[in-house]
Amino acid sequence: MHTQISRLLALWGTLPSIVRTTVWILIITIVVILCVAFLTLWERKVIGWMQLRRGPNRVRIFGLLPGMGQPFADVVKLLTKEVVIPSRANKFLFRLAPVLALVPALAAWAVIPLSPQLVVSKANAGLLYLLALSSMGVYGIILAGWAANSKYAFLGAMRSAAQMVAYEIAMGFALVGVLMAAGSMSLGTIVGHQEGGILAWNWFWLFPLLIVYFISGVAETNRAPFDVAEGESEIVAGFHVEYSGIAFALFFLAEYANMILISALTAVFFFGGWLSPFAGYPLIGATLLGDPSFFWLGLKVFVFLFLFLWIRATFPRYRYDQIMRLGWKALIPVTLVWLGAEMLMAAVHVGPWAKPWFH
Amino acid sequence: MRLTGEATAVLVEILFYAFATLLVAGALGVITARNPVYSALFLVFAFINSAGIWLLSEAEFLALVLVLVYVGAVMVLFLFVVMMLDINIAELRRGFTRFAWLGWLTACALVAEIVGVVWTHGLAGVDVSKGFVPEPAGFSNTRALGEVLYTRYVYPFELAAVLLVVAIVAAIALTLRRRPGLKTQDVARQVAVRAEDRVRVVKIAAEKRS
Repeated sequence: MHTQISRLLALWGTLPSIVRTTVWILIITIVVILCVAFLTLWERKVIGWMQLRRGPNRVRIFGLLPGMGQPFADVVKLLTKEVVIPSRANKFLFRLAPVLALVPALAAWAVIPLSPQLVVSKANAGLLYLLALSSMGVYGIILAGWAANSKYAFLGAMRSAAQMVAYEIAMGFALVGVLMAAGSMSLGTIVGHQEGGILAWNWFWLFPLLIVYFISGVAETNRAPFDVAEGESEIVAGFHVEYSGIAFALFFLAEYANMILISALTAVFFFGGWLSPFAGYPLIGATLLGDPSFFWLGLKVFVFLFLFLWIRATFPRYRYDQIMRLGWKALIPVTLVWLGAEMLMAAVHVGPWAKPWFH
Repeated sequence: MRLTGEATAVLVEILFYAFATLLVAGALGVITARNPVYSALFLVFAFINSAGIWLLSEAEFLALVLVLVYVGAVMVLFLFVVMMLDINIAELRRGFTRFAWLGWLTACALVAEIVGVVWTHGLAGVDVSKGFVPEPAGFSNTRALGEVLYTRYVYPFELAAVLLVVAIVAAIALTLRRRPGLKTQDVARQVAVRAEDRVRVVKIAAEKRS
């Protein structure tokens, strides 16, 4: 058995790198999609518990685990439904829009370091790549709203466009702060430079930026309380009101994949990615728990995903003008002030700027 | 599969011509599409292809910033406006032949300028016949660009930034109109409001049933 595994590993090593990369891309995509499936279930469960309900508890897997079969039942239901294309819709763009929404959410995983050894691409402009991709996600929503030729869909798309542009600026500025603390745009380096225990992670020195980044992340994914693009109480379902079946499912997939992505990025930028919180402590730091591994990244992603759901279950929806006000007049000034504060910190060499690579 | 140098060069060449063809096709689409929304989308397509060409020539910073700024922000706002406009296309096309000579003139002037730069000067020290020379490994063009903008040409750069700010302020000032009698919300007052300002709790003595 052991020899077989080592032989397989040896075979894996001899494969051409293009094949290995493709296999990794496939694995990551499938895992992300599976995570989305179970995230939908987890969301309904968590919100159910918060509202003193049970949440989905009927569909079982092999008669066990009540509720665990729900995502698969949903997928089967959505796959077997008809995709209705409105007769006055722009058919090409109507079909293209869900794909445009989903692709950036999956493509972004290329540069995210999953563990110290594992990353698909060590691009040294990884941070810019992420910003560029996340800014392209809005096209799926705008085109969906416009192509459907429906007033509700169009209103949702317009709201979403304005919101995305506003919060992208705040997000970008927050990431400029991360960049200043790491001195690099490569995500692996950003994580590596946070080494040295919990207080060395970026969240401590860049706390306001963390808050701004996460709020912008919630807004960018069009999640409650920033979900005016959907706004089911005002504009039915917003931009995807005319979508049904698997086309609707793609939008759903894109939204949840984006949530996972934002959670992973928050972990990478502000909470040390795959670094262990126990590293550097006596006794426990020397054990397996102190080692950097994918487990820690997964745990952090899970915590932030829970935060997404918690926020959704807690806050009422923002009014549109309040969203604009928060984005332009609260978040962006906060980031600007903190960038100034970072300059001072860098000048007197405290926090991350006390480390050797800044001398 | 480590590609050999020659194979990489061939691959780069194929990609370049693919991107270039799509870029030209997209640019043609921008000016020939009847629907302005299509024009804007063709422009987005053209931007993405030119970003691809820049990536091939190892200008990844410029390529990604092009996508980030133009595709992600500028064109979204463009679409935002274009989609909301109710444009009469026939009206727009009426002046087409009348102003065609102006368009041709501009196009010719642009081409002449490009030709002038490429063939007469500006390419000193660059051997065009050798093709593209890749940078050594570990070269970061983000750093190189930063050095040029923020160290060598920091004052012109800052001056340009100030100019942009002035332009923004001017644009806002030109379009800012104050209408009398306009009812707006004062958010500070909205936030500061308290229950006592809105709700009066009245205590009414219970009446005795007669």
